[in-house]
Parts: sequence; C-alpha cells; structure tokens
Amino acid sequence: MTGFGILSAITFLPLVGVVILMFHRGDDAATVRSIRHVALWTTLATFLVTLLAWSRFDPALAGFQMVESQAWAGGGLVYKMGVDGMSFPFVVLTAFLMPFCILASWEAINVRVKEYMIAFLVLETLMLGVFCALDLVLFYLFFEGGLIPMFLIIGVWGGKRRIYAAFKFFLYTLVGSLLMLIAIMWMASFAHTTDITVLLKTQFPADAQKYLWLAFFASFAVKMPMWPVHTWLPDAHVEAPTAGSVILAGILLKMGGYGFIRFSLPMFPDASHYFAPLVFAMSVIAIIYTSLVALVQEDMKKLIAYSSVAHMGFVTMGLFAMNQQGVQGAVYQMVSHGLVSGALFLCVGVVYDRMHTREIAAYGGLVRNMPLYAVAFMVFTMANVGLPGTSGFVGEFLTLLGTFAANSKVAFFATFGVILSAAYALYLYRRAIFGVLDKPELANIKDLSGREIALLGPLVVLVIYYGVHPGPILDASAASVAELVKSTQSVAAAVKSAALAGH
Amino acid sequence: MHPLSFSIAHALPETVLAIGALALVLVGAIRGEKSAGLVAELAIGVLALALVVIFVGAKSSADVFEGAFVDDQFARFMKVLVLIGSLVSLVLSRDFLQREGIDLFEFPILILLSTLGMLLLTSANSLISLYLGLELMSLALYVVAAFHRDNLKASEAGLKYFVLGALSSGMLLYGASLIYGYAGTVQFDGIAKALTAGPQIGVVFGLVFLLAGLAFKMSTVPFHMWTPDVYEGAPTPVTAFFASAPKMAAVAITLRVVTDALPGLAHEWRQIVMFISIASMALGSFAAIGQTSIKRLMAYSSIGHMGFALVGLAANTAAGVQGVALYMAIYLVTTLGVFAVILAMRVQGKAVETISDLSGLARTNGWMAFFMAMLMFSLSGIPPLAGFFAKYYAFLAAVQAGLTPLAVIGVLLSTVAAFYYLRIVKIMYFDDPAPAFDVAPLSVRVVMAVSTALVFLFWVYPAPFVTAAANAAKAFAF
Repeated sequence: MTGFGILSAITFLPLVGVVILMFHRGDDAATVRSIRHVALWTTLATFLVTLLAWSRFDPALAGFQMVESQAWAGGGLVYKMGVDGMSFPFVVLTAFLMPFCILASWEAINVRVKEYMIAFLVLETLMLGVFCALDLVLFYLFFEGGLIPMFLIIGVWGGKRRIYAAFKFFLYTLVGSLLMLIAIMWMASFAHTTDITVLLKTQFPADAQKYLWLAFFASFAVKMPMWPVHTWLPDAHVEAPTAGSVILAGILLKMGGYGFIRFSLPMFPDASHYFAPLVFAMSVIAIIYTSLVALVQEDMKKLIAYSSVAHMGFVTMGLFAMNQQGVQGAVYQMVSHGLVSGALFLCVGVVYDRMHTREIAAYGGLVRNMPLYAVAFMVFTMANVGLPGTSGFVGEFLTLLGTFAANSKVAFFATFGVILSAAYALYLYRRAIFGVLDKPELANIKDLSGREIALLGPLVVLVIYYGVHPGPILDASAASVAELVKSTQSVAAAVKSAALAGH
Repeated sequence: MHPLSFSIAHALPETVLAIGALALVLVGAIRGEKSAGLVAELAIGVLALALVVIFVGAKSSADVFEGAFVDDQFARFMKVLVLIGSLVSLVLSRDFLQREGIDLFEFPILILLSTLGMLLLTSANSLISLYLGLELMSLALYVVAAFHRDNLKASEAGLKYFVLGALSSGMLLYGASLIYGYAGTVQFDGIAKALTAGPQIGVVFGLVFLLAGLAFKMSTVPFHMWTPDVYEGAPTPVTAFFASAPKMAAVAITLRVVTDALPGLAHEWRQIVMFISIASMALGSFAAIGQTSIKRLMAYSSIGHMGFALVGLAANTAAGVQGVALYMAIYLVTTLGVFAVILAMRVQGKAVETISDLSGLARTNGWMAFFMAMLMFSLSGIPPLAGFFAKYYAFLAAVQAGLTPLAVIGVLLSTVAAFYYLRIVKIMYFDDPAPAFDVAPLSVRVVMAVSTALVFLFWVYPAPFVTAAANAAKAFAF
C-alpha cells in the first residue's frame, strides 16, 4: 500500500500533542494542569489507536503487515513502515507505558513542565518509529533521534550528577550507533536499497557479514546494554527522573534486542552463528557478574539497573540460541521486563517522592504504614525474580530452555542468575519493606494515593495475567519467529555441510 | 565561438553584480557618508536580483568566453549557495554595523565585489579565470576583515589574513604555472587531455601547490592557521560572511579543478584530499573542545566541517559530488543560523562572545535556546536534523567508492566533535542563567528561525534538495 496508514498515525500522533503544547504559555497552576492533561490524553489516544491496530493485526502471518510506503528522499530512501510479530508487541508496549510515564511525572516534575512533556512526547514518536520503520535509514533516524530528548530529560530534570550521566549516555550510544551507520551505508551500496524487506532477502558475502555484524553489535550491545559496555546504564538510571528511568528500562533497552532480531540474526546469519559463542559468554558474564554487583548496591535505582543488565543477558542468550523457544522467550522476556522494571522504577519513584532519597538504608518497615505499596512491590519483586505465575518466569524459562537445547553449559551457568536474582531482590525487599519501622522520618509516611494506585494497579494485573496466560504475546510472535528461525537454521545447515564437504 | 550576447546570457548573474557594484560606488560617491543605508539596501536588492536571474535564466550548460567560463548545473547550484550566504550576511550586518559606528557605504560594495569574485570562481574553467576570481574575492575579503579599523583585533585579523592569503595565492600561482608548463594550456579540459600520461614529478608538484592554495581558501588543515584569529577578530557579521559564502566558492572550484582538469592524476589528488580531510576533521574536533569564545569555536567547527565535506570529494564519483553539494548547502544554512544567534548575543547593548554567556539561555530566552540547540545537534550530525543527511550522503559516497576506513575515521571524529556541540547545549539548558540578552533585531530573529526551521524539518521533505544536488553532480563526467 502506498500513502499513509495507521502506523504513521500511531507514530506521529504524539507530535499533535506537542503542537498543542506549544501554544501553552506561562506557568500558573491552571496552565500547568492543562499541560499535564494534554500530555496524558495524547498518550492515551495513541494507545487507543494502537489497540485499534492490534485488532487488525493478524498473528498468523509471518510477513510484514499494515505496510505503507511513500517516496521520501532521493537515492533509494523510502518512507516505509510496517510491523510483524516481532515488532508489534514493542509498539503496544511503548504506547502502553507512556501514559504511566506521564502519570508518574504528575507531581514529581514541577519545573519547566511544558518542555518536559514535549520531550516525552517527541521521544514517544521516535520510539514508536524505531519499531515501525521498514527502511534502514528511517530506522536509524528514529533510533538515533531518541538521544536528543533523552539527553535533555536526564540533563534538565535529573539528579545531582545529571550532567555526567547525560553526557555518558549520549556519547556511549553515539559511538556505537555511528559504527552501525557505516555498516548501513555499506549495505546500501551493496544492495542498492535501504528497504528492510529487500535486505532481509539479500545474501551478504560471508566475510563482509562479520564486519557488518560487529558494527551492528557495537550499537545494539551498548543499547541493550551488554557487559562490558553497560556502565552508562546505572548512571543514567540513577540520575534520570522516575519516568525517564521507566522509559529507559522499559523501551530504550528493548531497541537493542529488537535490533538483534530484526537485523543481526536474519541479515547476517553466518556471522551470527560465528559469533554466537561470544554472545553466550558475554551474556553469562552479565547474568552472574551484574547480579553479584546488584547484591551490594545501596541505591535502589542502581540495584534495579544492574538487575536489568542481568535480565538483558537472558535476552541475548535466548536470541543467539537461534531456536523457537530461545527467540520467543527473548521477545517475551523483553516485553515482561518492560512491564516489570518499569513498575519497579515506579515503585522507587513512589517512596522517592515522599522521602527524596533512594538509599535503601533510609527505609525499613514500610509495610506497617504502606500495606498496599508493600503488596505491589512484592508482586513486582517476585516477577523480577522470575517466580512461576508471574510474567518474568515465562521469559526466563523459555530462554533457558532454548539455550539448553543449543548449549547446555551456557544454560547451566545462566541458571545461577535465577538464584542470584532471588537473592538480591529479596534482600532489597527485606531491607526496605520489612523490619522495624524505627526511623522517625518514616513515622508518618502515607500509603499509595489514588493516582499511584491507578499507576501500579494495572501493572500488577498485567504481570500476573501474562504470568498465567502468556498466549497473546507468544502467539503474536510465533509465526514471525518461526520464519526467522527457519532461515537462520537453513544457513547453519548449509555452512555445516559446506564445512564437511571441504574435509 | 559563441557570440558575445550568448556568453553574457550565461554570465548574467555576474553581469548583474558587476554593474550593480559599479553603480553603487557612484551612488555612494555622490551621496556621501549618509548613503550607507540606501547602498546596503540596494546591494541586497542586487544580490536578490542575481538569485532570480539564476532561477529564471539559461538552464543549458555551455563553455563561454573562449572556454574560460563554464555555466552548468553544478555552477548554478553553488552560485545559489554563494548568493544566499552573501545576502543573508549582508542582512545580518545592518544592525551590527550601525551599533558599532562603522556603517559605511563601502561595506556592501565590498561584499558585492567579493561575491562577484566567488561567482567567477565557481564558474572558472581555466587557470587564469580561476586566479582572477580568487583574487577578486580575496582582496575584498582582506578589507572587510579589517573593516572595524579602530579595533586592534580586527586590524590584526585583516593583516594576518592578508599576509597569509598573499602567500597562499603565490603558492597557487606557482602550482598553476607548473601545470601550465606541462600541459601547455590553461583550459581545464585541455589540461585533462594533456595530462593523461600519468604522474610526472613536476605535475605532481604543481598539483600540490595548487591544492595548498585552495586548501587555504577552504581553511583546511594544514593551511587553517589564520581561521580562528580572523574569525575572532573580524566583526561578527563579517565572520558570518567568511564562514558561509567564500567556503562555497572555494569548495566548488577545488572540486571542479580536480575532477575536470586533473582526472589523470586522480590517484595523486585523492591521497591529498584524504589527508586534508582527515587532518581537518581531527583538528576541528579536538581543538574546539577547549575554546571559550564562541567565534573561535565556530572557526574550528568550520575547519572540521570542511574536512567532512571533503570525504565526499575523496570518493571521486558523481555520488561524491552530490554529497559535497548537499553538505555545503546544509552547512551554509546551519552556519548562518548559528551566526544569527551569535549576533543576538548582546547584553545591555554590548556584544558578548564567550560560550558561558549562553548559560541558562533556555530559561531566559527559550526559543533562542531551542534554535541554537537544534543547530548544534545538526552540526554534530544527529538525526533527524539536516546535518545527519549531509553526513549520510557524503559518507555514503565514500563507502560506495571503497573508502570505508575514511568513513569510519570520520564518524569516530564526529563523536569527538559531538562533545563540544553538546557542551553548548548543556550550558544553555542545564546551567544557571547568565544575564538575559537584549531583544534582537527582527532580521536576526527571522534568520535564526528560518534557518532552524529548514534544519529541523529537512527530514519531512528532503527530496527537492537531494535531487537538486544530484542534478548538480551530473555536470561532471565520471
């Protein structure tokens, strides 16, 4: 289909809100209230249109759906959008999490509210664009463009070391992405097109694949983030405002994983097989090492940030197992982690708004005054651990299953991560929620407000719902993943037979 | 042989500028010192007329004036850029010159003459017309650099520029005469035909000297030393002019000389261009980090950007020419916007030029901070801003031509450059406010808004610009 369709509508709807916000002037209470409402309703409207798209989405199809294309710049660049089973869950996740981010900033953000909301809405457009783009340069445009609003969000509304964190975030991701850009140019000059659907069918020479794979890896590994290039994440998380952390953990990290599924695996299958042991090694180190690091953190957000790195280790491991369980598990793990880590950051935000500290030692015995909060926090902690019955379990189990089939030693070591994650998560929960409430500042701490219940309630329900009924997400991605696995495995077989024939 | 009228029809913009400049000298001489405002307005009119003439005039390509002058798509594209640069610089200069008390009628006339030189340079098709255009451009530039003659720094800038410029002209002339000695002709196409025998040592010497002279005009490493001092010392609108129009002409003629006259020496000149490119990108990126004056910073930034543009030239393909043309167009628009912002940096009537004066601008003047931030992100090549497309097309050409290592070096250095552009954004958005700026004149505000709008919305409809650059590249036979 040529012209514009529903995906463009979803992607650019937040910009309509930006235009409306531009006409708000002044910072009296009424204007600020109106600004917050415009932002909230824009994100809700975007989510509704996304649901409409979901109703049109056919999970049985393996190829791209709702495709739209339009002439754009010369030189083979086209404006092409479309989704398949591996990208659509992320579109829904993004549109779903955004209203929560706006709500989480409702009272926490008091200065330059208009600019804040504009930055978030622009960021939403860019994130949705990443998952919808079917042109490599268009993808890069959205992928990299997200740096600008995120840089400003961390730098303007962040904590004490915000400037350091903002620079580190920006420059780290920029270096990785620019190497990918060179690879994109190489692919464009090789295939004479930047259309992803065509590139997916292009056979790149095996030697070149290794370099291309490494260039893409530089970008996605930083974004993911994988050990040892994860060090920007704890800094960025700690300094970002609550909603910024939610977006970082919930969506931005998923772009790395999405990139692996969309580009690295299907476009460079030979190189993916070649480098799979490297990815396994890095994943296992990430899972064990960052879990141990998380165990000794004194700062709640830092702890969750390190646990994110560990969970992303499961994702990369599952992806490079390159079988149905592994890849589907990785997709599931990413969606689940988007919900769970987002929710955990929201939980930290709840107590941070009250006490203005993230030190675990400053809390203790919260369950006495905040029973509702303790329940919500517990559900998310359990989901983070991967307890059966929560969404976290499904993803971890499937990735481990897939990895076991591909390489049982890797799976053996990765399982320690599950144990360690229970250790640090429960240790955090014990120190913050249980114990004696002996700190005088905490004596009058209030339980969740109506807004906060509205914020955490739906997430609690979803985390449990997807824990016992993972069907919707697994079905949505099944066909596309099967196609992907088939194509990578046929290459693996070809490589193997060629190697045998050579001997 | 073409009749004279045919030749003039193809050189109509130049004719308009030449007659306009002479007429304005008369106006200025008759009406005296009071005529500065009138002459400036008329000069703007003359430049606008020249632009119109390009758009409605002859669309065909032709070598006229006995082959000394070429009128083709590429020349017209670059001429439009030159004229826009001059026109906008002149518009920006009005208020500044009045405030500084140097509003003399000679200024717009010098700009016109210099622009005439640039147009000739852009269309030069022989070594003689190259040199004539270059000198006409440069002589006027030396004078405007020192236009604030009671200001020590401006005089120093003018003198430095003149001494070094004269030296570089000498080198260029020496190189040109060597090439003439081996080729026996000054016509570019004739040189191309004569020098097919491969590199002879004398020709290579000539090539090196010629390119050294041109590198000076483009302000690329290792002939960049004058740039920071001249940028800092010259009056700000003059700096805006230096950073925009002459660069367009210098890059245009460099591209034309090497592709039209020296295709037989492609292996040699590509090495030189690659060296200049890498050295300029590196110096522009690293040296700008420590700067405190925004004008000096922009000087290093412009050195770096010339390096990025030359990445496209090094490719030696039509795609490379397209990349260079597009890069220059986007660089021009962005630079003019940045200088409009610098001209708006005035506290209680006094111009300020350090980067820290921008502190907290987001809170004292949100729109200006937004414009500047977008221009900075564009200069660092972050999508979706125009600067990204500029780098994309230039580097794409290099990758297609098998110069992937050059592109990799380029992007890595552009990350270094991103650091100092980000620093400006950080100072404007994250730091505590410095004293607020005065309300800028309307012309300055319009220039920064239009420039930002073009840079910011480029991605929505890039096709016309990309296509125009691609058509410009068709002027060369590869």
